[in-house]
Amino acid sequence: MHTEDFPMLKQDIIYLDNGATTLKPYAVIDAITDYYENYSANAHRGDYDISLKVDLAYENTRDIVKEFLNARYLEEIIFTSGATQSLNMIANGFFAPLLESGDEIIISKSEHASNVIPWFEIATAKNVHIKYVDLDDNHYVTINNLKKAITPNTKVIALAGITNVIGDERPIKEICKLAHEHNIFVVVDGAQSVPHLKTDVQDLDCDFLAFSAHKLCGPTGVGVLYGKIELLEHLIPQNYGGGMNETFDNESEVYLKSLPTRLEAGTPNIAGVIGLGAAINYLNQIGMENITSYERELRRYLINELMQIPHIDIINPESDSGIVAFNVDGIFAQDIAVYLNKYHVCIRAGNHCAKILKSEVGVTNTCRVSLYFYNTKRDVDKLVELLKDKNKIIEEMI
Amino acid sequence: MDPETRRAIIMENYLNPYNREPAPANYIKVNTNNESCIDNLDIYLLIEDDIIKDVKFTGEACAISTSATSIMIKLLLGKTISEAQNLLTNYRNMINELPYDAEILEEALCFDEIYKQQNRKNCALLPWKGIEKALAKYQENK
Repeated sequence: MHTEDFPMLKQDIIYLDNGATTLKPYAVIDAITDYYENYSANAHRGDYDISLKVDLAYENTRDIVKEFLNARYLEEIIFTSGATQSLNMIANGFFAPLLESGDEIIISKSEHASNVIPWFEIATAKNVHIKYVDLDDNHYVTINNLKKAITPNTKVIALAGITNVIGDERPIKEICKLAHEHNIFVVVDGAQSVPHLKTDVQDLDCDFLAFSAHKLCGPTGVGVLYGKIELLEHLIPQNYGGGMNETFDNESEVYLKSLPTRLEAGTPNIAGVIGLGAAINYLNQIGMENITSYERELRRYLINELMQIPHIDIINPESDSGIVAFNVDGIFAQDIAVYLNKYHVCIRAGNHCAKILKSEVGVTNTCRVSLYFYNTKRDVDKLVELLKDKNKIIEEMI
Repeated sequence: MDPETRRAIIMENYLNPYNREPAPANYIKVNTNNESCIDNLDIYLLIEDDIIKDVKFTGEACAISTSATSIMIKLLLGKTISEAQNLLTNYRNMINELPYDAEILEEALCFDEIYKQQNRKNCALLPWKGIEKALAKYQENK
Protein backbone atom coordinates (compact mmCIF):
# COMPACT_ATOMS: atom_id res chain seq x y z
CA MET A 1 0.00 0.00 0.00
CA HIS A 2 0.98 3.66 -0.48
CA THR A 3 3.58 2.77 -3.12
CA GLU A 4 2.78 6.02 -4.94
CA ASP A 5 4.28 7.99 -2.05
CA PHE A 6 7.80 6.70 -2.75
CA PRO A 7 9.86 8.10 -5.62
CA MET A 8 12.25 5.12 -5.43
CA LEU A 9 9.39 2.83 -6.34
CA LYS A 10 9.04 4.56 -9.69
CA GLN A 11 12.17 2.64 -10.62
CA ASP A 12 11.97 -0.92 -11.78
CA ILE A 13 12.95 -2.40 -8.41
CA ILE A 14 11.45 -4.68 -5.80
CA TYR A 15 12.88 -3.51 -2.52
CA LEU A 16 12.86 -6.22 0.16
CA ASP A 17 15.68 -5.04 2.41
CA ASN A 18 13.71 -2.89 4.82
CA GLY A 19 15.49 -4.38 7.82
CA ALA A 20 18.61 -2.62 6.54
CA THR A 21 16.94 0.66 5.67
CA THR A 22 13.64 1.87 4.31
CA LEU A 23 12.70 4.02 1.34
CA LYS A 24 11.74 7.64 1.86
CA PRO A 25 8.36 9.09 0.95
CA TYR A 26 7.94 12.52 -0.67
CA ALA A 27 6.69 13.87 2.67
CA VAL A 28 10.10 13.26 4.23
CA ILE A 29 12.17 14.36 1.24
CA ASP A 30 10.11 17.54 0.90
CA ALA A 31 10.46 18.42 4.60
CA ILE A 32 14.24 18.08 4.39
CA THR A 33 14.43 20.01 1.13
CA ASP A 34 12.21 22.71 2.62
CA TYR A 35 14.65 23.15 5.49
CA TYR A 36 17.67 23.37 3.21
CA GLU A 37 15.95 25.65 0.71
CA ASN A 38 13.94 27.94 2.94
CA TYR A 39 15.23 28.19 6.50
CA SER A 40 18.70 26.67 6.56
CA ALA A 41 20.03 28.20 9.79
CA ASN A 42 21.33 26.67 13.02
CA ALA A 43 19.12 25.68 15.91
CA HIS A 44 19.11 27.26 19.37
CA ARG A 45 20.37 30.57 18.03
CA GLY A 46 17.02 32.30 17.86
CA ASP A 47 18.20 35.84 17.15
CA TYR A 48 16.54 36.07 13.78
CA ASP A 49 13.36 34.77 12.21
CA ILE A 50 14.65 31.80 10.24
CA SER A 51 16.70 30.56 13.18
CA LEU A 52 13.64 30.70 15.39
CA LYS A 53 11.83 28.71 12.73
CA VAL A 54 14.56 26.07 12.91
CA ASP A 55 14.20 25.86 16.68
CA LEU A 56 10.49 25.39 16.39
CA ALA A 57 10.78 22.72 13.70
CA TYR A 58 13.53 20.86 15.58
CA GLU A 59 11.68 20.90 18.87
CA ASN A 60 8.43 20.05 17.12
CA THR A 61 9.96 16.69 16.22
CA ARG A 62 10.63 16.09 19.91
CA ASP A 63 6.92 16.60 20.50
CA ILE A 64 6.08 14.24 17.67
CA VAL A 65 8.44 11.55 19.01
CA LYS A 66 7.12 11.98 22.55
CA GLU A 67 3.57 11.42 21.33
CA PHE A 68 4.65 8.58 19.05
CA LEU A 69 6.25 6.70 21.96
CA ASN A 70 3.78 7.99 24.54
CA ALA A 71 6.67 9.20 26.69
CA ARG A 72 5.83 11.24 29.79
CA TYR A 73 8.18 14.16 29.21
CA LEU A 74 9.78 15.90 26.27
CA GLU A 75 13.08 15.73 28.15
CA GLU A 76 12.99 11.95 27.80
CA ILE A 77 13.57 12.22 24.04
CA ILE A 78 17.22 12.65 23.01
CA PHE A 79 18.22 12.95 19.35
CA THR A 80 21.25 10.88 18.37
CA SER A 81 22.85 9.72 15.14
CA GLY A 82 20.91 6.45 15.27
CA ALA A 83 20.14 3.39 17.36
CA THR A 84 23.84 2.47 17.52
CA GLN A 85 24.81 5.76 19.10
CA SER A 86 21.80 5.61 21.42
CA LEU A 87 22.79 2.15 22.66
CA ASN A 88 26.41 3.22 23.14
CA MET A 89 25.30 6.26 25.11
CA ILE A 90 23.09 4.10 27.32
CA ALA A 91 25.82 1.51 27.88
CA ASN A 92 28.72 3.91 28.39
CA GLY A 93 26.95 6.91 29.89
CA PHE A 94 24.59 5.19 32.27
CA PHE A 95 25.63 1.59 32.88
CA ALA A 96 29.44 1.73 32.74
CA PRO A 97 29.65 4.04 35.77
CA LEU A 98 26.94 2.09 37.58
CA LEU A 99 28.06 -1.52 37.12
CA GLU A 100 30.51 -3.15 39.47
CA SER A 101 32.76 -6.17 39.25
CA GLY A 102 30.71 -9.37 39.29
CA ASP A 103 27.51 -7.78 37.99
CA GLU A 104 25.72 -9.46 35.12
CA ILE A 105 24.26 -8.18 31.87
CA ILE A 106 21.74 -10.42 30.14
CA ILE A 107 21.52 -10.32 26.35
CA SER A 108 20.63 -12.99 23.78
CA LYS A 109 22.51 -14.61 20.94
CA SER A 110 20.15 -13.14 18.38
CA GLU A 111 20.99 -9.52 19.15
CA HIS A 112 22.38 -7.14 16.56
CA ALA A 113 26.04 -6.14 16.99
CA SER A 114 24.97 -2.73 18.30
CA ASN A 115 23.31 -4.38 21.28
CA VAL A 116 26.22 -6.74 21.86
CA ILE A 117 29.58 -5.05 21.40
CA PRO A 118 28.95 -2.01 23.67
CA TRP A 119 28.18 -4.52 26.45
CA PHE A 120 31.26 -6.60 25.61
CA GLU A 121 33.37 -3.47 26.01
CA ILE A 122 31.93 -2.74 29.44
CA ALA A 123 32.30 -6.38 30.45
CA THR A 124 36.01 -6.28 29.69
CA ALA A 125 36.61 -2.91 31.30
CA LYS A 126 34.59 -3.50 34.47
CA ASN A 127 34.88 -7.26 34.98
CA VAL A 128 31.16 -7.63 34.41
CA HIS A 129 29.69 -10.88 33.02
CA ILE A 130 27.69 -11.21 29.84
CA LYS A 131 25.04 -13.86 30.15
CA TYR A 132 22.97 -15.19 27.25
CA VAL A 133 19.38 -16.05 27.96
CA ASP A 134 18.62 -19.48 26.45
CA LEU A 135 16.49 -19.31 23.32
CA ASP A 136 13.74 -21.85 22.72
CA ASP A 137 13.40 -24.13 19.67
CA ASN A 138 12.13 -21.23 17.58
CA HIS A 139 15.10 -19.11 18.78
CA TYR A 140 12.73 -16.98 20.88
CA VAL A 141 13.26 -15.45 24.32
CA THR A 142 10.72 -16.79 26.81
CA ILE A 143 9.85 -15.40 30.22
CA ASN A 144 10.65 -18.79 31.74
CA ASN A 145 14.16 -18.86 30.30
CA LEU A 146 14.67 -15.30 31.41
CA LYS A 147 13.62 -16.23 34.94
CA LYS A 148 16.27 -18.96 34.85
CA ALA A 149 18.95 -16.56 33.64
CA ILE A 150 18.34 -13.90 36.29
CA THR A 151 20.53 -14.01 39.39
CA PRO A 152 20.96 -11.55 42.28
CA ASN A 153 23.89 -10.11 40.28
CA THR A 154 21.83 -9.28 37.19
CA LYS A 155 21.70 -5.50 36.73
CA VAL A 156 20.51 -5.06 33.17
CA ILE A 157 18.63 -6.95 30.48
CA ALA A 158 19.26 -5.62 26.99
CA LEU A 159 17.12 -7.09 24.22
CA ALA A 160 15.77 -6.15 20.82
CA GLY A 161 12.01 -5.56 20.59
CA ILE A 162 12.10 -7.51 17.34
CA THR A 163 15.29 -9.27 16.27
CA ASN A 164 16.81 -8.56 12.90
CA VAL A 165 17.27 -12.11 11.60
CA ILE A 166 14.75 -14.29 13.43
CA GLY A 167 12.20 -11.48 13.47
CA ASP A 168 10.61 -12.59 16.73
CA GLU A 169 8.66 -10.06 18.74
CA ARG A 170 9.81 -10.14 22.36
CA PRO A 171 7.29 -9.88 25.20
CA ILE A 172 8.88 -6.62 26.36
CA LYS A 173 6.09 -5.66 28.72
CA GLU A 174 6.33 -8.95 30.62
CA ILE A 175 10.13 -8.79 30.52
CA CYS A 176 10.07 -5.30 32.09
CA LYS A 177 7.66 -6.45 34.79
CA LEU A 178 9.83 -9.44 35.67
CA ALA A 179 13.02 -7.39 35.55
CA HIS A 180 11.69 -4.62 37.74
CA GLU A 181 10.56 -7.14 40.34
CA HIS A 182 14.26 -7.96 40.62
CA ASN A 183 15.46 -4.33 40.40
CA ILE A 184 16.93 -4.95 36.97
CA PHE A 185 16.99 -2.28 34.26
CA VAL A 186 15.66 -3.05 30.78
CA VAL A 187 17.19 -1.61 27.60
CA VAL A 188 15.19 -2.15 24.42
CA ASP A 189 16.87 -2.04 21.02
CA GLY A 190 13.88 -0.81 19.05
CA ALA A 191 15.60 -0.53 15.68
CA GLN A 192 13.47 -3.33 14.15
CA SER A 193 10.36 -2.93 16.29
CA VAL A 194 9.54 0.78 16.49
CA PRO A 195 9.08 1.09 12.68
CA HIS A 196 6.62 -1.80 12.61
CA LEU A 197 4.74 -1.86 15.91
CA LYS A 198 2.95 0.70 18.04
CA THR A 199 5.44 1.37 20.85
CA ASP A 200 4.15 2.76 24.14
CA VAL A 201 7.06 3.22 26.51
CA GLN A 202 4.81 3.84 29.51
CA ASP A 203 2.80 0.72 28.86
CA LEU A 204 5.95 -1.36 28.25
CA ASP A 205 7.64 0.35 31.20
CA CYS A 206 11.08 -0.08 29.61
CA ASP A 207 13.87 2.02 31.10
CA PHE A 208 15.63 2.84 27.84
CA LEU A 209 14.74 2.49 24.18
CA ALA A 210 16.82 3.13 21.07
CA PHE A 211 15.75 3.43 17.44
CA SER A 212 16.84 4.87 14.08
CA ALA A 213 14.91 7.18 11.79
CA HIS A 214 16.06 5.57 8.57
CA LYS A 215 14.32 2.28 9.33
CA LEU A 216 10.95 4.06 9.56
CA CYS A 217 11.02 6.04 6.30
CA GLY A 218 13.14 8.81 7.81
CA PRO A 219 16.60 10.02 6.85
CA THR A 220 19.88 8.29 7.71
CA GLY A 221 22.13 9.62 10.46
CA VAL A 222 19.47 10.38 13.02
CA GLY A 223 17.82 8.40 15.77
CA VAL A 224 16.39 8.57 19.23
CA LEU A 225 17.43 7.63 22.73
CA TYR A 226 14.46 7.40 25.06
CA GLY A 227 15.09 7.04 28.77
CA LYS A 228 12.99 7.50 31.87
CA ILE A 229 13.76 11.00 33.03
CA GLU A 230 14.97 10.00 36.48
CA LEU A 231 17.53 7.70 34.79
CA LEU A 232 18.54 10.11 32.04
CA GLU A 233 19.43 12.63 34.72
CA HIS A 234 22.26 10.26 35.65
CA LEU A 235 23.41 9.55 32.12
CA ILE A 236 26.87 11.05 31.75
CA PRO A 237 27.32 12.86 28.43
CA GLN A 238 29.67 11.09 26.04
CA ASN A 239 30.10 14.24 23.97
CA TYR A 240 31.03 17.61 25.41
CA GLY A 241 31.03 20.83 23.45
CA GLY A 242 28.82 23.50 22.00
CA GLY A 243 25.18 23.80 22.85
CA MET A 244 25.22 21.52 25.88
CA ASN A 245 27.06 23.71 28.38
CA GLU A 246 25.68 26.51 30.49
CA THR A 247 28.93 28.26 31.36
CA PHE A 248 32.58 27.36 31.69
CA ASP A 249 35.55 29.28 33.00
CA ASN A 250 38.13 26.64 33.76
CA GLU A 251 38.29 22.87 33.95
CA SER A 252 36.65 22.73 37.36
CA GLU A 253 33.83 25.07 36.50
CA VAL A 254 31.86 23.62 33.61
CA TYR A 255 28.13 23.81 34.09
CA LEU A 256 25.96 21.74 31.82
CA LYS A 257 22.50 22.50 30.53
CA SER A 258 19.51 20.47 31.58
CA LEU A 259 17.94 17.60 29.63
CA PRO A 260 17.60 17.00 26.76
CA THR A 261 20.12 19.60 25.52
CA ARG A 262 22.87 18.30 27.79
CA LEU A 263 22.99 15.10 25.76
CA GLU A 264 22.95 16.77 22.34
CA ALA A 265 26.35 18.43 22.04
CA GLY A 266 27.32 20.18 18.83
CA THR A 267 25.13 21.29 15.97
CA PRO A 268 22.66 18.46 15.65
CA ASN A 269 21.48 16.76 12.49
CA ILE A 270 18.79 19.40 12.06
CA ALA A 271 17.61 18.30 8.63
CA GLY A 272 17.57 14.72 9.87
CA VAL A 273 15.52 15.55 12.94
CA ILE A 274 13.03 17.51 10.82
CA GLY A 275 12.89 14.54 8.43
CA LEU A 276 12.29 12.19 11.34
CA GLY A 277 9.32 14.29 12.42
CA ALA A 278 7.92 14.17 8.90
CA ALA A 279 8.44 10.41 8.77
CA ILE A 280 6.54 9.80 11.99
CA ASN A 281 3.72 12.09 10.88
CA TYR A 282 3.57 10.11 7.67
CA LEU A 283 3.44 6.75 9.52
CA ASN A 284 0.78 8.10 11.87
CA GLN A 285 -1.37 9.04 8.89
CA ILE A 286 -1.26 5.43 7.72
CA GLY A 287 -1.64 4.18 11.28
CA MET A 288 0.83 1.92 13.07
CA GLU A 289 -1.84 -0.74 13.64
CA ASN A 290 -2.58 -0.79 9.92
CA ILE A 291 1.11 -1.13 9.15
CA THR A 292 1.50 -4.05 11.58
CA SER A 293 -1.52 -5.96 10.34
CA TYR A 294 -0.71 -5.38 6.66
CA GLU A 295 2.84 -6.66 7.17
CA ARG A 296 1.67 -9.72 9.06
CA GLU A 297 -0.71 -10.65 6.29
CA LEU A 298 1.94 -10.14 3.64
CA ARG A 299 4.40 -12.18 5.66
CA ARG A 300 1.93 -15.07 5.97
CA TYR A 301 1.42 -14.95 2.23
CA LEU A 302 5.19 -15.04 1.62
CA ILE A 303 5.76 -17.88 4.08
CA ASN A 304 2.96 -19.96 2.57
CA GLU A 305 4.46 -19.52 -0.88
CA LEU A 306 8.03 -20.26 0.20
CA MET A 307 6.92 -23.36 2.14
CA GLN A 308 5.84 -24.90 -1.14
CA ILE A 309 9.32 -24.70 -2.60
CA PRO A 310 11.19 -27.87 -1.58
CA HIS A 311 14.70 -26.45 -1.97
CA ILE A 312 14.00 -23.54 0.38
CA ASP A 313 14.76 -23.84 4.06
CA ILE A 314 13.07 -21.13 6.13
CA ILE A 315 14.96 -20.34 9.33
CA ASN A 316 12.10 -18.53 11.08
CA PRO A 317 8.75 -19.80 9.75
CA GLU A 318 6.92 -19.02 12.99
CA SER A 319 7.89 -15.39 13.57
CA ASP A 320 5.36 -12.58 13.35
CA SER A 321 7.31 -9.74 11.84
CA GLY A 322 8.07 -9.00 8.20
CA ILE A 323 11.52 -10.58 8.47
CA VAL A 324 12.01 -13.91 6.69
CA ALA A 325 15.40 -15.62 6.77
CA PHE A 326 16.01 -18.55 4.46
CA ASN A 327 18.53 -20.49 2.44
CA VAL A 328 18.33 -22.22 -0.90
CA ASP A 329 19.64 -25.74 -0.54
CA GLY A 330 23.25 -25.98 -1.66
CA ILE A 331 23.60 -22.38 -2.82
CA PHE A 332 25.51 -19.72 -0.96
CA ALA A 333 23.26 -16.91 0.28
CA GLN A 334 25.20 -14.22 -1.53
CA ASP A 335 24.82 -16.00 -4.84
CA ILE A 336 21.05 -15.89 -4.35
CA ALA A 337 21.20 -12.16 -3.68
CA VAL A 338 23.33 -11.64 -6.79
CA TYR A 339 20.89 -13.72 -8.86
CA LEU A 340 17.84 -11.80 -7.58
CA ASN A 341 19.63 -8.53 -8.23
CA LYS A 342 19.68 -9.40 -11.93
CA TYR A 343 15.90 -9.05 -11.75
CA HIS A 344 16.16 -5.87 -9.65
CA VAL A 345 14.98 -7.67 -6.54
CA CYS A 346 16.89 -6.32 -3.54
CA ILE A 347 17.45 -8.67 -0.62
CA ARG A 348 20.25 -9.00 1.90
CA ALA A 349 22.63 -11.94 2.26
CA GLY A 350 24.93 -12.50 5.18
CA ASN A 351 24.97 -12.75 8.92
CA HIS A 352 23.09 -9.45 9.24
CA CYS A 353 25.35 -8.16 12.03
CA ALA A 354 24.14 -10.99 14.28
CA LYS A 355 27.43 -12.84 14.32
CA ILE A 356 26.81 -14.81 17.51
CA LEU A 357 23.52 -16.17 16.20
CA LYS A 358 25.24 -18.82 14.06
CA SER A 359 25.98 -21.03 17.04
CA GLU A 360 22.27 -20.92 17.83
CA VAL A 361 20.70 -21.66 14.44
CA GLY A 362 23.58 -23.66 13.00
CA VAL A 363 23.96 -21.61 9.82
CA THR A 364 26.34 -18.72 9.35
CA ASN A 365 24.75 -16.93 6.45
CA THR A 366 21.20 -16.53 5.25
CA CYS A 367 19.16 -14.65 2.71
CA ARG A 368 16.91 -12.15 4.44
CA VAL A 369 13.74 -10.66 3.07
CA SER A 370 12.35 -7.86 5.21
CA LEU A 371 9.01 -6.35 4.33
CA TYR A 372 7.44 -2.95 4.88
CA PHE A 373 3.98 -1.62 4.20
CA TYR A 374 4.82 -0.47 0.66
CA ASN A 375 5.63 -4.03 -0.40
CA THR A 376 2.88 -5.85 -2.24
CA LYS A 377 1.73 -9.36 -3.04
CA ARG A 378 3.06 -8.67 -6.52
CA ASP A 379 6.53 -8.18 -5.03
CA VAL A 380 6.22 -11.47 -3.19
CA ASP A 381 4.97 -13.24 -6.31
CA LYS A 382 7.95 -12.03 -8.30
CA LEU A 383 10.38 -13.18 -5.59
CA VAL A 384 8.74 -16.58 -5.32
CA GLU A 385 8.68 -17.04 -9.08
CA LEU A 386 12.42 -16.34 -9.22
CA LEU A 387 13.21 -18.75 -6.38
CA LYS A 388 11.00 -21.60 -7.60
CA ASP A 389 13.29 -22.94 -10.28
CA LYS A 390 16.60 -24.04 -8.82
CA ASN A 391 18.07 -24.82 -12.23
CA LYS A 392 17.36 -21.29 -13.33
CA ILE A 393 19.14 -19.98 -10.23
CA ILE A 394 22.20 -22.11 -10.92
CA GLU A 395 22.06 -21.15 -14.58
CA GLU A 396 21.95 -17.42 -13.91
CA MET A 397 23.68 -16.81 -10.61
CA ILE A 398 27.07 -15.87 -12.05
CA MET B 1 37.37 -16.73 -23.74
CA ASP B 2 33.80 -17.21 -24.91
CA PRO B 3 30.97 -16.76 -22.40
CA GLU B 4 29.92 -20.42 -22.53
CA THR B 5 33.38 -21.75 -21.65
CA ARG B 6 33.81 -19.07 -19.01
CA ARG B 7 30.56 -20.06 -17.35
CA ALA B 8 31.26 -23.77 -17.60
CA ILE B 9 34.66 -23.40 -15.89
CA ILE B 10 33.25 -21.27 -13.07
CA MET B 11 30.31 -23.58 -12.42
CA GLU B 12 32.41 -26.74 -12.55
CA ASN B 13 34.85 -25.31 -10.00
CA TYR B 14 32.05 -23.97 -7.82
CA LEU B 15 30.01 -27.16 -7.71
CA ASN B 16 33.05 -29.46 -7.46
CA PRO B 17 35.78 -27.35 -5.95
CA TYR B 18 39.29 -28.80 -5.95
CA ASN B 19 40.83 -29.66 -2.57
CA ARG B 20 38.06 -28.23 -0.45
CA GLU B 21 38.97 -30.02 2.75
CA PRO B 22 40.71 -29.33 6.05
CA ALA B 23 44.48 -29.78 6.14
CA PRO B 24 46.86 -31.29 8.68
CA ALA B 25 48.57 -29.04 11.21
CA ASN B 26 51.87 -28.83 9.31
CA TYR B 27 50.25 -26.65 6.61
CA ILE B 28 50.51 -22.86 6.77
CA LYS B 29 47.00 -21.61 7.54
CA VAL B 30 45.63 -18.18 6.65
CA ASN B 31 42.17 -16.68 6.70
CA THR B 32 40.98 -14.49 3.88
CA ASN B 33 37.74 -12.56 3.84
CA ASN B 34 36.12 -9.61 2.16
CA GLU B 35 35.09 -6.77 4.43
CA SER B 36 32.27 -5.74 2.16
CA CYS B 37 30.67 -9.19 1.86
CA ILE B 38 30.40 -12.50 3.64
CA ASP B 39 33.04 -14.58 1.87
CA ASN B 40 35.25 -16.19 4.46
CA LEU B 41 37.85 -18.82 3.56
CA ASP B 42 40.72 -20.55 5.28
CA ILE B 43 43.56 -21.47 2.95
CA TYR B 44 46.15 -24.08 3.82
CA LEU B 45 49.52 -24.19 2.10
CA LEU B 46 52.23 -26.83 2.14
CA ILE B 47 55.65 -25.82 0.80
CA GLU B 48 58.72 -28.01 0.66
CA ASP B 49 62.05 -26.71 -0.70
CA ASP B 50 60.35 -23.59 -2.04
CA ILE B 51 57.92 -25.69 -4.09
CA ILE B 52 54.18 -25.63 -3.48
CA LYS B 53 53.33 -29.23 -2.68
CA ASP B 54 49.70 -28.79 -1.70
CA VAL B 55 46.97 -26.19 -1.16
CA LYS B 56 43.58 -26.85 0.45
CA PHE B 57 40.74 -24.62 1.57
CA THR B 58 37.66 -24.59 3.78
CA GLY B 59 34.94 -22.04 4.54
CA GLU B 60 31.98 -20.33 2.94
CA ALA B 61 32.09 -18.13 -0.10
CA CYS B 62 30.15 -17.21 -3.22
CA ALA B 63 30.40 -18.92 -6.59
CA ILE B 64 33.06 -16.53 -7.86
CA SER B 65 35.28 -16.77 -4.77
CA THR B 66 34.88 -20.52 -4.47
CA SER B 67 35.62 -21.22 -8.11
CA ALA B 68 38.51 -18.73 -8.08
CA THR B 69 40.00 -20.64 -5.14
CA SER B 70 39.61 -24.02 -6.81
CA ILE B 71 41.18 -22.72 -10.02
CA MET B 72 44.01 -21.03 -8.14
CA ILE B 73 44.89 -24.20 -6.28
CA LYS B 74 45.19 -26.18 -9.51
CA LEU B 75 47.41 -23.49 -10.97
CA LEU B 76 49.71 -23.33 -7.97
CA LEU B 77 50.40 -27.02 -7.39
CA GLY B 78 54.02 -27.89 -8.19
CA LYS B 79 55.03 -24.27 -8.78
CA THR B 80 58.02 -22.58 -7.17
CA ILE B 81 57.44 -19.56 -4.98
CA SER B 82 58.66 -17.17 -7.65
CA GLU B 83 56.38 -18.83 -10.23
CA ALA B 84 53.49 -18.47 -7.80
CA GLN B 85 54.29 -14.81 -7.30
CA ASN B 86 54.42 -14.31 -11.04
CA LEU B 87 51.00 -15.96 -11.40
CA LEU B 88 49.64 -13.72 -8.66
CA THR B 89 50.94 -10.57 -10.38
CA ASN B 90 49.53 -11.55 -13.75
CA TYR B 91 46.18 -12.63 -12.31
CA ARG B 92 45.84 -9.40 -10.37
CA ASN B 93 46.72 -7.40 -13.47
CA MET B 94 44.02 -9.24 -15.43
CA ILE B 95 41.41 -8.46 -12.77
CA ASN B 96 42.50 -4.82 -12.67
CA GLU B 97 42.56 -4.41 -16.48
CA LEU B 98 46.34 -4.09 -16.71
CA PRO B 99 48.59 -5.92 -19.22
CA TYR B 100 49.07 -9.59 -18.31
CA ASP B 101 50.46 -12.83 -19.68
CA ALA B 102 47.41 -14.83 -20.78
CA GLU B 103 49.57 -17.87 -21.60
CA ILE B 104 50.18 -18.83 -17.98
CA LEU B 105 46.74 -18.28 -16.41
CA GLU B 106 44.97 -21.26 -17.97
CA GLU B 107 41.47 -21.78 -16.46
CA ALA B 108 41.80 -18.54 -14.46
CA LEU B 109 41.21 -16.69 -17.73
CA CYS B 110 37.52 -17.29 -17.07
CA PHE B 111 37.68 -14.17 -14.90
CA ASP B 112 39.10 -11.99 -17.68
CA GLU B 113 35.92 -9.93 -17.84
CA ILE B 114 35.06 -9.80 -14.17
CA TYR B 115 36.08 -6.12 -14.14
CA LYS B 116 32.73 -5.47 -15.79
CA GLN B 117 31.12 -6.32 -12.45
CA GLN B 118 32.98 -4.03 -10.07
CA ASN B 119 31.46 -5.65 -6.99
CA ARG B 120 32.73 -9.11 -7.98
CA LYS B 121 36.39 -8.17 -8.47
CA ASN B 122 37.06 -8.67 -4.77
CA CYS B 123 35.46 -12.11 -4.97
CA ALA B 124 37.84 -13.17 -7.72
CA LEU B 125 40.83 -11.74 -5.83
CA LEU B 126 39.94 -13.23 -2.45
CA PRO B 127 41.90 -16.54 -2.59
CA TRP B 128 44.91 -14.82 -4.12
CA LYS B 129 45.00 -12.32 -1.26
CA GLY B 130 45.02 -15.35 1.01
CA ILE B 131 47.87 -17.09 -0.81
CA GLU B 132 49.89 -13.87 -0.79
CA LYS B 133 49.55 -13.81 3.00
CA ALA B 134 50.45 -17.49 3.25
CA LEU B 135 53.57 -17.03 1.10
CA ALA B 136 54.63 -14.05 3.22
CA LYS B 137 54.15 -16.18 6.31
CA TYR B 138 56.32 -18.91 4.79
CA GLN B 139 59.11 -16.45 3.94
CA GLU B 140 58.98 -14.99 7.45
CA ASN B 141 59.32 -18.36 9.12
CA LYS B 142 61.93 -19.68 6.74
